[in-house]
Amino acid sequence: MKALNWLAALGASTREVLADWGYGARLFVKLLSMTGAALRRFGLVRDQVHFLGNYSLAIITVSGLFVGFVLGLQGYYTLQRYGSAEALGLLVALSLVRELGPVVAALLFAGRAGASLTAEIGLMRAGEQLTALEMMAVDPVQRILAPRFVGGVIALPLLTAVFSAVGILGGYAVGVLLIGVDAGSFWSQMQSGVDVWKDVGNGMIKSVVFGIAVTFIALLQGYVAQPTPEGVASATTRSVVVSSLSVLGLDFILTTMMFSI
Amino acid sequence: MSTPNRPFLVELDRLTFGYGERVILRDVSFGVPRGKVTALMGVSGGGKTTVLRLIGGQIRAQQGQVRFDGQDVTTMDQRALYAARRRMGMLFQFGALFTDISVFDNVAFPLREHTDLPEDMVRDIVLMKLDAVGLRGARDLKPSEISGGMSRRVALARAIALDPDLIMYDEPFAGLDPISLGTAARLIRRLNDSLGITSVIVSHDITETFEIADHVVVLANGAVAAQGTPAELRASTDPLIHQFVHALSDGPVPFHYPAPSVAQDFDRRPS
Amino acid sequence: MQRSKNDVWVGLFVLLGALAVLFLALKSANLLQMSFSKDYEVTAKFDNIGGLKTGAAVKSAGVVVGRVKRIAFDGESFQAQVTLALQAEHEFPKDSSLSILTSGLLGEQYVGIMAGADEKNLAAGDRIGSTQSAVVLENLISQFLYSKAADPGKTESSKP
Repeated sequence: MKALNWLAALGASTREVLADWGYGARLFVKLLSMTGAALRRFGLVRDQVHFLGNYSLAIITVSGLFVGFVLGLQGYYTLQRYGSAEALGLLVALSLVRELGPVVAALLFAGRAGASLTAEIGLMRAGEQLTALEMMAVDPVQRILAPRFVGGVIALPLLTAVFSAVGILGGYAVGVLLIGVDAGSFWSQMQSGVDVWKDVGNGMIKSVVFGIAVTFIALLQGYVAQPTPEGVASATTRSVVVSSLSVLGLDFILTTMMFSI
Repeated sequence: MSTPNRPFLVELDRLTFGYGERVILRDVSFGVPRGKVTALMGVSGGGKTTVLRLIGGQIRAQQGQVRFDGQDVTTMDQRALYAARRRMGMLFQFGALFTDISVFDNVAFPLREHTDLPEDMVRDIVLMKLDAVGLRGARDLKPSEISGGMSRRVALARAIALDPDLIMYDEPFAGLDPISLGTAARLIRRLNDSLGITSVIVSHDITETFEIADHVVVLANGAVAAQGTPAELRASTDPLIHQFVHALSDGPVPFHYPAPSVAQDFDRRPS
Repeated sequence: MQRSKNDVWVGLFVLLGALAVLFLALKSANLLQMSFSKDYEVTAKFDNIGGLKTGAAVKSAGVVVGRVKRIAFDGESFQAQVTLALQAEHEFPKDSSLSILTSGLLGEQYVGIMAGADEKNLAAGDRIGSTQSAVVLENLISQFLYSKAADPGKTESSKP
């Protein structure tokens, strides 16, 4: 009898999870379909790009710099054992542009911008602002969620580019200025080894996909949050955890598709 | 606007609504008369706020109809529902103002979203609405900078921005100091009369509500327990209405939550 | 946005879609071994398998006809025991021979199967007797140097 109850509970929770996913998928499709309308009210989108992008620049730049420093150090340490220290520029650039730039920038974005999005929408839900909008015959998905979605998808690739660029400069600073790797080979190896379409392009595609994932998850968690303080808090943490894991999972899938053996 | 053969702006027709097994409203029917202030009263959890949500189309009833000016809200698609909602204003319990913009922008919001009026006209209308609630001077403050009573008045100004036909007030008197209480009540009555709108108030406050309401509907146990003018209800001999109107602690609505008898709980003699 | 009765089905659809994408990604990166043809297994012993790994291809005339299923060490004969899974539609004579080849100059290693002349074909569980071990680069170089040191004037071809 107990086993039957347990089975019924399992079935019910599976149904709930699937229903949540289904609801999320429908909201995602709705957001995509409203992208055009959101772009037409570009003022709202521009404001969101400012909140999500400009306000994340500080953490992105500093992190990019430090990641670049470490890449320069670790890269030199390993390469000089095989006499290939001049390839440091190539190593730093490829690591950043292909993987570290998109992934780390997305993780930082999830923690900074994603969390703030979830908290903001969750609090709007708790304060009945979203319901008030509906009662005023304004669709909150269109007015509140869609501009933030478009803003996030625009902001993250730009932040990723900044991260990678600053990281390369950081690697230059450590490798060339501090350690003494030849500046000429640093840049020339990088130029010959980094392919604009295959490496930079794929990295940008990754950051767009991550932007869609992180922003959507943050908005969804805020939108369905329980309208209580605990509800908003747990929605915020869930948004950061789920979007971080999604970024890593999507990175794996994208890398296998883009850089297969 | 109002057709002579439709005395009720809102009609609930044999409405049944519940969450899963729990039935909140069972076969409820009543009408909200045009141009009057109607009060919806009852015990907590009795379904009063649910009725407001049903009228606004936020939730759909399982059975029955909710008619707004003759049209059934329960079967409307999103476009028709939004068109109906533009003729309604709703005042939420805590105001539900948009916290990131100023008082002025809050009241201007429905105007900017639904009309193409030029900004100077919007300014004039917003200032007039704020003046009606006595807050024209607070136009540049943020919601975090004003008191609870004031933010409810701003929300009221926002609710009347588009000159709706119906305004619904969800607990407008809850948690207000005596001065704000009196002000709010008088505002509701004055707006109703001067703008020619229909008002529905969900409230617990007998004194203030009976002062301004033309028609009172009492909900209990998922059904309409009584309807009538405040005077009629005060004179009612029905025990439930009597207990409610005179705020008696015990009667058909018991004071004690079901518990074992006193003898069982307190008797410590060896059995 | 309202909840809908169809949400569970949409969720199921999303789950299936995600699994499909994952499958495609793994397949395209060649990380997933799946064959739908029936295989039959044969074994063989090698003195040295070099860098052969499980999952490596078994090729005949350059075409993939099977996979290396298992590699084990035979403690009695001190040889490597390799189990091959050959696709059912390809049959080879009982006296076919195996050799471990390298794709390209320094690429990964695979098993080449050369058909013999026997009338009877290999069946599941058979043992292939004729095997040729992998070429180990160090042995090759040392043999070459040794033969050079022994006969500095003449050019002698060293054993393969």
